[in-house]
Amino acid sequence: MANALDPHAAIATTAGGVTDGALRTADGRPLVRALARSQSLARRRAFLLVLPLLAFILITFVVPIGQMLQRSFYNDGFSAHMPQLSQWFADNPRGTEPDEAAWTALATDLKASAEARTIGVVGTRINYDVPGTRSLFTSTGRQVRRGLEPPYQAALLDINEDWADPRLWSAMRDASSPVTGNFYLAAVDRKRGDDGSISQVEERQQVYVMLFMRTFWLSLVITFVTFVLGFPIAHLLATLPMRKSNLLMILVLLPFWTSLLVRTTSWMVLLQQQGVINDILVWLGVIGGGQRLQMIYNQTGTIIAMTHILLPFMILPLYSVMRTINPSYVRAARSLGATSWTAFRRVYFPQTLPGLGAGALLVFILAVGYYITPALVGGSSGQLISNMIAMHMTDTLNWSMAAALAALLLAAVLLLYWVYDRMVGIDNLKLG
Amino acid sequence: MAVPTYATPLERVWHYAYLVICGLIFFFLIAPIIVIIPLSFNAEPYFTFTDRMLSFDPKGYSTRWYRSLLTFGMQNPDATGWAFWSDAWANANWVKAAKNSIIIGVFSTLLATVLGTLAALGLSRPEMPFRRAIMAILISPMIVPLIITATGMFFFYSNPCELLGVFGLPTNCGRLAGTYVGVILAHATLGIPFVIITVTATLVGFDQSLNRAAASLGANPRTTFFRVTMPLILPGVISGALFAFVTSFDEVVAVLFIAGPEQQTIPRQMWNGIREQISPAILAVATLLVIFSIALLTTVELLRRRSERIRGVTPR
Repeated sequence: MANALDPHAAIATTAGGVTDGALRTADGRPLVRALARSQSLARRRAFLLVLPLLAFILITFVVPIGQMLQRSFYNDGFSAHMPQLSQWFADNPRGTEPDEAAWTALATDLKASAEARTIGVVGTRINYDVPGTRSLFTSTGRQVRRGLEPPYQAALLDINEDWADPRLWSAMRDASSPVTGNFYLAAVDRKRGDDGSISQVEERQQVYVMLFMRTFWLSLVITFVTFVLGFPIAHLLATLPMRKSNLLMILVLLPFWTSLLVRTTSWMVLLQQQGVINDILVWLGVIGGGQRLQMIYNQTGTIIAMTHILLPFMILPLYSVMRTINPSYVRAARSLGATSWTAFRRVYFPQTLPGLGAGALLVFILAVGYYITPALVGGSSGQLISNMIAMHMTDTLNWSMAAALAALLLAAVLLLYWVYDRMVGIDNLKLG
Repeated sequence: MAVPTYATPLERVWHYAYLVICGLIFFFLIAPIIVIIPLSFNAEPYFTFTDRMLSFDPKGYSTRWYRSLLTFGMQNPDATGWAFWSDAWANANWVKAAKNSIIIGVFSTLLATVLGTLAALGLSRPEMPFRRAIMAILISPMIVPLIITATGMFFFYSNPCELLGVFGLPTNCGRLAGTYVGVILAHATLGIPFVIITVTATLVGFDQSLNRAAASLGANPRTTFFRVTMPLILPGVISGALFAFVTSFDEVVAVLFIAGPEQQTIPRQMWNGIREQISPAILAVATLLVIFSIALLTTVELLRRRSERIRGVTPR
């Protein structure tokens, strides 16, 4: 059976099978169709081999991330549990003063929500926009359950006069539709005013844009430092005889294989104020005992530790490109009168650019998303955007905000990944 | 790399300066890893060399931090002989963490290696449709920031069937968060790119006509795979598996987000130790892990050379 579908077998057996001008297989089918069929079978077979893994990755990786990102623009914490008030917001345009109908809707929804024990979810949702309101919802909910007499406006204000706060009503209006762009606005330090206009948040609350800038800036610095440190090493390894370079390569690969936490820990030990490096500096008399350098729990610590961790990712692609560079080009340049610097700059360096691009992109992509090292050695000034996402996930529990920040970070990383695929090709990614 | 005979004196000076610079960079790469080894034998709870250590006084060194790795969490650390070791095996926190790390590492590696090798075989066939796009998806767990992956998994594993609601099916089928299965699946996902990369790299030099030759001699596809393909790509598969194992063995972010207290692993225990009160016991663990990574690196290097030899590729 397999042989009948094999194009080679088919061609061999068609010699006598020509009847209407079209080539035919031994069993009389047109060769074109037999070939197409055999190719589609081969395609299907190849695809079937990949299918289990593709399904696995889609289910455990792509879909979960998609689901998480959905939270960045979809949050029904308020709208699902406060249907009547949400309806009132839909019926009345922005700027309408809440009338008794609105207060009635609010009281009804609060009662229903308190009875269904979902009032905490509602309060949490509004708490994102107006800090401190979660307890307002829960405490009012408890009292509303005991019964409330109309007129509801007076009754609710009697429980807590914060209910009259226009900021609260504006936040409830924003939350009354489950689909919202507000988390993205907040992620770029913007907010929607009471009248719907978009403005910057107050200066002391502007954190995210600064964090994004810092993340990209530090990643750039780290990429540059890994280039400066990695280039000479890769060049040395590429030009040494094989036996020596293989031995030295171990010095590059050992950090690569060593646990990330181990490497971060050793930098903490080395860089501490009472650590090895400060001790050596004091012993050498470079600094006095009282002026030990603060090299950790700040940006310096993050840069040093991350440079060390990401350096192999720069060296390995550079090395594999430099290995293929023919040394006679440089020799030819020298023989034509170029100085060693000119020969390096005009002849050697341009040939290393593919490796440099691959290494730099990889280091930058990995640096932008780093979490563990900045969390441990970064202090407060060395935190990156990943740490902010983690904080919103575990401390403030503002998951929609975490999702919006994650979406922006992911967009940046995927863009770089696309560039990497275009420039280098994912197939050329090598490990060790 | 000798200095060419036509080099000017300035170039000679530069050449030696260059070698010194390279030496310093190698020192930067390796010193932080090596320095923790002697420090883990510190007799005092400090992270720097004490005067006694520097004068090589045996009193400055001790194995107390290695002992504390065993005794931490034990019910009766003063017992001797058999009772001590069985207590350590059952109760010591680091021993428990090591057991968890190994269980999770082994199973996630198996899953990643089997699925990854199959997919790599498919991806290496010239007929594979959408090769580039699929490859990009399969490698992405390595590229996407871990914190994003972990957050996505956090929601997904706390209710894996939520999405079935779209098809009108029941949306509650238990949790994967806080279970071994959950952590194993997560780590398999993170290890897969490494298996794909190493195995496809091995298959680049693979001669497809060997498969046809086997088939023409009457071997069925299964026999061909196990008797012809597998032995040739095995070194690549094993190094891919080692990469996947190390990824799982070193992974902490996903564990922080989806594992329960039962799935305490070595990295998570280290993470807690570093964040709370860093003691030289961490350095003792770190030293053990460095020795472990030296062993792994040696294995991978030997495998790579073997692979190049049997495929007839001259070593780089």
